[in-house]
Amino acid sequence: MGDILTAKNLNLWYDKTKALKDININIPENSITAFIGPSGCGKSTFLKTLNRMNDLIPNVKITGEVCYKGQDIYGNSVDVNELRRNIGMVFQKPNPFPMSIYDNIAYGPRTHGIKSKVKLDEIVEQSLRDAAIWDEVKDRLKKNALGMSGGQQQRLCIARALAVKPDILLMDEPTSALDPISTLRIEELAIELKKSYTIVIVTHNMQQAVRISDYTAFFLLGELVEFGKTDQLFSQPVDKRTEDYITGRFG
Amino acid sequence: MTKNKIIESVIHGVFLILGLVTVGCVFLITIYLVISGIPAIKEIGLIDFIFGTEWASTAAEPRYGILPFILTSIYGTAGAIVIGVPIGFFTAVYLSKIAKPKIKSFMESAVSLLAGIPSVVYGLVGMLVLVPGIRKLFNIPDGASLFAAIIVLAIMILPSIIKVSMTALEAVPKEYEDASLALGATPVETYFRVSVPAAKSGIAAAVVLGVGRAIGEAMAVMMVSGNVPNMPSLFQSVRFLTTAVASEMSYSSGLQQQALFSIALVLFLFIMLINATLNFFLKKERD
Repeated sequence: MGDILTAKNLNLWYDKTKALKDININIPENSITAFIGPSGCGKSTFLKTLNRMNDLIPNVKITGEVCYKGQDIYGNSVDVNELRRNIGMVFQKPNPFPMSIYDNIAYGPRTHGIKSKVKLDEIVEQSLRDAAIWDEVKDRLKKNALGMSGGQQQRLCIARALAVKPDILLMDEPTSALDPISTLRIEELAIELKKSYTIVIVTHNMQQAVRISDYTAFFLLGELVEFGKTDQLFSQPVDKRTEDYITGRFG
Repeated sequence: MTKNKIIESVIHGVFLILGLVTVGCVFLITIYLVISGIPAIKEIGLIDFIFGTEWASTAAEPRYGILPFILTSIYGTAGAIVIGVPIGFFTAVYLSKIAKPKIKSFMESAVSLLAGIPSVVYGLVGMLVLVPGIRKLFNIPDGASLFAAIIVLAIMILPSIIKVSMTALEAVPKEYEDASLALGATPVETYFRVSVPAAKSGIAAAVVLGVGRAIGEAMAVMMVSGNVPNMPSLFQSVRFLTTAVASEMSYSSGLQQQALFSIALVLFLFIMLINATLNFFLKKERD
């Protein structure tokens, strides 16, 4: 398996505050990589550098490289919209658009120029099936998405991200606002999706990282402390700080 | 404790009375307008009054048809909306989503200033600049016309449209826009396909507010429209519902005066309708 995303000497400042310090990481294709660490450790910030969502925050400065399929995504010739189409994102709080379920899923494909009703119908059904929510919503595609439960909304957001056919799916604490059963369903879904996608997930929940991820990265105070296979990192951490964190001595 | 209770209920009572003053004013005006507006309509006949095309209140055989005023008010307002809404709407999108902070704060204060200019000043500038300009540009004998009034009204409604639309656009949760951008949509696509639809009730309320402002304006339109009771035509002098009341009230008497009250009643009904529409959109926005 090749590495689909790599960061080299990545630093990030919010104004004068250095939020990421010299991050180096290789994220392998068709796997789930979990980012763990205490609040404010930079894991979400780092996730957002991977599809350039940090561009939207004023006064952010970034040095170093993030390469997607070998190309630096901060290079001058990069089309940010094209990049975000290839690297999708699911947010912490489910954020469906205030429109019908159908229009939510069709939004991305329509934006990228697909107009044929037949084609859109097909994409909507396939995306909802891939996100394991088709059976629950197939009879109410024209209903407003805001009427769904939180867990359903989050799976809808996953379906919406899948509808533009990305390579990578970034998930920023996707289950932190959900109940345990909805959380379980999202976790099962993530495992299913890694067959076709590369998933990077930020999680507060170490058990979640253990349950679903193949690789885990531990962040602390803006540094990437340790990165490795999940079972190894949790059973035989190399760094003392990792050990302290996973055994619950702080964080 | 009892002392506190007494103070509480006294204060409660004072607030209630103050609140009732406003309600009482609205109530009194409504009743007064209905009572004083009905007699002339009875005497002239509702159909002849509303659909009569000729207004000649001081003629030997007076005619009291207010269709010219009604149509002028409707056309004038519609014209102002057609010109003012696109300008106001795009300005609101620009200011709330695209503009840099410095430009935004400069333009916002300009918009506030526009809202604060008294209508007589709009009328004055219209009279001195717009009316002669229209006369020369279109080569017509008199520039004081429906067209001039439409232009002035379009400018006057801009601040309401811009401010109310901006409030609605700024209230759109950032999460919606983030979701759209994360799907690879460009910022402009995001504003027009996510933010604007999400703010549509508020924007509709802005338009209705503009309609209300335009239809109720008297001074500025009186100064630029020529104030002649013609059936409306773009480059002719016209008279609005508001200006019909204002221009004759000072010297009117008898049935003429009663008819002016009836015009005010018609105008009042228009405003009520617009208010109901506005409330409908605002309620929708809250839900």
